[in-house]
Parts: sequence; C-alpha cells; structure tokens
Amino acid sequence: MYYFLQQLVNGVTLGAMYGLIAIGYSMVYGIIGMINFAHGEIYMIGAFISIISFLLLGILGITWVPLALLLVLLLAMVFTATYGWTVERLAYRPLRGSFRLAPLISAIGMSIFLQNYVQLLQGANVKPLPPVVTGGWVLGRDGTFTVQISNIQVIIIVLTVLLMTVFSWLIAKTPLGRAQRACEQDLKMAALCGVDVDRTISLTFVMGAALAAVAGLMATLYYGVIDFFIGFLAGIKAFTAAVLGGIGSIPGAMLGGLLLGLVEAFWSGYFSTEYKDVAAFCILVVVLIFLPTGLLGKPEVEKV
Amino acid sequence: MRRLVLTALGAAAWGLAAGPAAADIVIATAGPMTGQYAAFGEQMRRGAEAAVRDINAAGGVLGQKLVLEIGDDACDPKQAVAVANQLVNKKVVFVAGHFCSSSSIPASDVYAEEGVLQISPASTNPQLTERGLANVFRVCGRDDQQGAYAAKYVIDKGIGKKIAVIHDKSAYGKGLADEFVKGLAAAGVKPVMYEAITQGDKDFSALITKMKDMGVDLVYLGGYHTEAGLIVRQMAEQGLKAQFMSGDALVTDEFWQITGDTGQGTLMTFSPDPRKNPAAAEVVKRFQQEGYDPEGYTLYTYAAIQVFAQAASKARSLELKKLIQVLRTETFDTVLGKIDFDEKGDVTGANYTMYVWDKGKYHELGG
Repeated sequence: MYYFLQQLVNGVTLGAMYGLIAIGYSMVYGIIGMINFAHGEIYMIGAFISIISFLLLGILGITWVPLALLLVLLLAMVFTATYGWTVERLAYRPLRGSFRLAPLISAIGMSIFLQNYVQLLQGANVKPLPPVVTGGWVLGRDGTFTVQISNIQVIIIVLTVLLMTVFSWLIAKTPLGRAQRACEQDLKMAALCGVDVDRTISLTFVMGAALAAVAGLMATLYYGVIDFFIGFLAGIKAFTAAVLGGIGSIPGAMLGGLLLGLVEAFWSGYFSTEYKDVAAFCILVVVLIFLPTGLLGKPEVEKV
Repeated sequence: MRRLVLTALGAAAWGLAAGPAAADIVIATAGPMTGQYAAFGEQMRRGAEAAVRDINAAGGVLGQKLVLEIGDDACDPKQAVAVANQLVNKKVVFVAGHFCSSSSIPASDVYAEEGVLQISPASTNPQLTERGLANVFRVCGRDDQQGAYAAKYVIDKGIGKKIAVIHDKSAYGKGLADEFVKGLAAAGVKPVMYEAITQGDKDFSALITKMKDMGVDLVYLGGYHTEAGLIVRQMAEQGLKAQFMSGDALVTDEFWQITGDTGQGTLMTFSPDPRKNPAAAEVVKRFQQEGYDPEGYTLYTYAAIQVFAQAASKARSLELKKLIQVLRTETFDTVLGKIDFDEKGDVTGANYTMYVWDKGKYHELGG
C-alpha cells in the first residue's frame, strides 16, 4: 500500500510535467491544426533561461528562495514566450495558407535549429544546478520504508493544477479565449467576423511557450541537470500525452500527461524499468484503436 | 569581374582540397565531442592535442609532422560509423578512439576494412578485441577484469547484502553489469534486482522507490556519469541510504557537478590513477600550467598517440601490417608507464582499483 502510494507520487509528478508541455502542443493544434514540433525545444530553452536567471540572481545577491523562484519563473516565462512568438512569426506565419505539410516541415527545421543554436551558445556539456528547493514530508511509514513527497514535487503538482485551471478559464471565459475558439472552428470566418487571427495565433504560441517555460523551470529544479538535448525526449513524451488525451483539448492534455506518467511509474514499479516506454506506447495504441480522437478529444468534423 | 570571382572561388576550393601538406601524417581522435557524454570527448581532445603538439615539438614521426583530425560520434553507434568513414576519406592512418564501446565496436569494422590502425583509449567492452580484428588495440583494461574486480571487492569487504544491478543497455553498461553479476555468481551471491534504464532518461524515481522497497543496500550501475549522477541525487532525495558503485565512466568532474554533496562516498573502479605515474609527471605539470587537470581518459588518449608514434618509428613505416607486427612484439614507453600488447590487442597486466568520490575529487582506496 505504501509502496503504491510512493509510486503514485512519482507518477503524478512526472505526469504533471508531461502535462504542462502537452498543453502547448494541444493549444496550437486546436487552433491551426498544426503540430508544433519545436515545442520540446521551447521547453529546453525555458530550462536554460531558468538556469541562467538563477545564476544572475545569485550574482545580484538575491538568495531568498521564494523571491528568487518567483523572479526566475517570471523571467523564464517572459523570455521563453518571446522565443515562442518569434518562432511563430518567422517559421509558421509566412507559411499559413500554404499546403498542410509546409508548417510541419518548418517546425521540424526550427526544432533542429534551436537545438544546435543552444548547443553552440551554451556548449554541449550538461548544466547542473545545485538543489534550490529542499526538504519534504513523510506521508507514511512502514517499517523502514517511508513514503515521501518532496517540496519540489508539491510545487510541481500544485503549480500544474493551478495553471491548467487558469488556462482553461482563459479559453472558456475571456474575449481572447472566445477569439481562440472562433479560430479553432474556422480561421477565415473568424477573420470575417472581426477577430484578429494573426494576433490570436501569436498569443496562443506565447501562452504555450510560457507553459513550456514553467515545465522547463520545474525540470531544472527537480532533476538539477539540463542539456541541449532534453527537449527531444520530453517533446516526444508530451506529444504522446497530448494525443492520448485528445489533441486540441487542454484538460485532455493534462489527463494524457498524468496517465502517461502513472503508466511509466507503475510499470517500472511492478514490472520492469526496461520496458516502461514500450508499455506507455502500447497503451497509446490501444486507446487510439478504440478512441481514435483520444480520451477527451472531439471527433474531427471534416471542414468543406 | 565575374571571372575574377570564379578564379577566387576556384583558388579557395583548391586551398580547401589541398588541406595539409602532402608530407604530413594525418591521425585522428574520435569520441563524444557533443552530446551528454561530451565531458569525455573533451578529455580525449585535450589529451590528443597535447600529444600531437609534444610529438611534433620533438621532431614528429619519421621526419614528418602529425596533423590531428577530430571526429564527433556523440556516443551514437550510427554516427560513429559515419565518422569513421569520414576519417577514412581524410586519409587518416591512425585513430585514437572511440570512447563508448558501442561506438568503437562498429567503427572498428570500418577501420579494419580500410586498413586504419585503431587504438581505443577508453572502450572497455571485451567484444572490441575479441572479434579477431588485427588492427584494433586498446590502452585501457577490459570489463571482464573491471567487473570481476568490483565483484571481488564487494564480496571481500562485505558491503551489500542486497545488491541491485542496473545497466543502461549500452555495450559498455550492459557488458560491465553482466561481468559484475558473473563475478558475484562465482562467489555464490545473487543480486536481488537486475534492471535496465534508458540513456537520456531523467526520472528514476520509480526505480528508486522499488529499490527502497526491497531494502537494497548496494546499487551497482553499468552506465555513464549523467545517469549515475541523477540516480545518486534522486536516491538521496528519496532517502535511500544505499552504497552506490559504478565503473570507469564516472571519472569526470561532471559527475560531482550533478550530484553535489550527495555524491559523497560513491565508489567506482578505474585503473590506477595515471596522473600519479612518475612517467607522466612532466606532462601532467604542463597540463596544469594551462589550467586543466588531466582527469579520466586524458592521459590514456595521450598514451594511445604516443604508442602510435613509437610504433611508426620502430617499424620505420606507416604500413598497417608492419605497425601491427611492432605493436604485438615491442614494449612502449608512455605516460601510463611501460605498455605491451597481447595477441588480441589488449594491454597485458592491466588492472583495476577502487576509487571513492570525496568532496568533489576522486582518490584511490585500493584493496
């Protein structure tokens, strides 16, 4: 039982991180029907900006942890959002209205470019960050086995739930969200009705990138090591999570992320770590066979 | 005007194609210059550059200067083959590489086909020299020695009642872990857990919870420092107080940068520290004057190139057949001390010793 509980904590934390990145994929797909393959790289850039911000704050002498965390969070979100905006402006907007695969290829190109860009600027070595948030709670004890949840895990889970709520509300209730939903249904019609389509899409990329930045910061804090290549694996896992939950749906992305994280944790815990990725992808296949649009996805209506 | 530009371009192309003067000897070092194991590529590059500089300063080889090419395989077997082909096209006669066994082994087939001498400074998987390729040598030990030594150490010192063995599925990692298990089995000990992780993964919490549940008190990893560092760090976070032990792929400061103080007391097997070798004193001093500590495989790469230079001088030729002949029969004077090779291409009398990580540095425990 305690063992189960600890694996649950592990899985939920991992799932929350996948979910945060997956939302970015889902939002972009929902609006322009394009898979932004550079999103994993945006997450990696978020992690790098976080680590640079920590160093700068250290030099400036700001070492009170809550303040430093808040500042780093803001810095990372702002700068990463700028990257997200720039990528959309440079690589996707000029291709809007061309055939469907063009922006996809452009996204793959952007992904390779960003990876090499960071590798050249920051070097290929891993970048470590000493533990910033330490401590945790013991949830239960069974002989020598303790169920622990660390403070950073709590922060990750709380922040993820909070952000998902905020973004769901943003899309459901605000004028921007209404514009986004209009674009989702029909770009041309939305433009005819006075929605600034370019601005809406830009803002979607900015929001997605800001969320990726949060995930990047959390990864930096939780694992303590980043390198220029982390975006690749994280991107693939998050994309899987988005598809599993139903791409285009924000709660779906979150659910998919959690499910993926839990499957990995429990498979490692009860079977073998060796085949956890195999297990995760098998579940994806099974879900897609029975629910082709994912768990919470809406059936695709062919637009004529 | 246009003609002028064309001529200029033509001249530039000619310049590029000509490359090093025809009389130079082109050699190479190849390893993970980028990617997550780039710290080891750095060691190899530093060692190779220093060796080439010192040999050229002393008059070169056979009256010719050495020119160094650097190949980047990122520890990826596919890229290693591509790099090997590139190096062959650049007419290298000798490669000091690669680092990862999973790169050295496929690359060695290319070198064997093309008649290029390969001396690996760091690849310890037995398969590298077991396949009967005459052109393949190494200046480091083998994992059947390393794993057996680690197992013997564990048994002799009585550390660990419940042992977990983990590997990263790479040729090096799995090979080493299996040799360790074999060594334990010889003493009648069976590990309670044998698991595999994926290179590049960051989250090992589920695995660590599992080890905690089983009451594991010794974790042996066949793998590289990035995964090792993360596992050590996450073990401390989850409060798993087990001894961590691994092999020679932890000999870089980067391991400590990842673990911080949680790396205290980590055990690893490596050959006797070449930096302490009297034969290396002068070279080590020169490295330190440049502000670089020749850790890990730096001096091994240096030695591999020394071996090549001496072999070429003794054979008075760069012909592969003659080089192999000399390598198998003669003794070489390197920064690692005196080296000679057996029929397979392994160093004779290679041995391993135990090191411990202590406050950011590793030092020998012996035993």
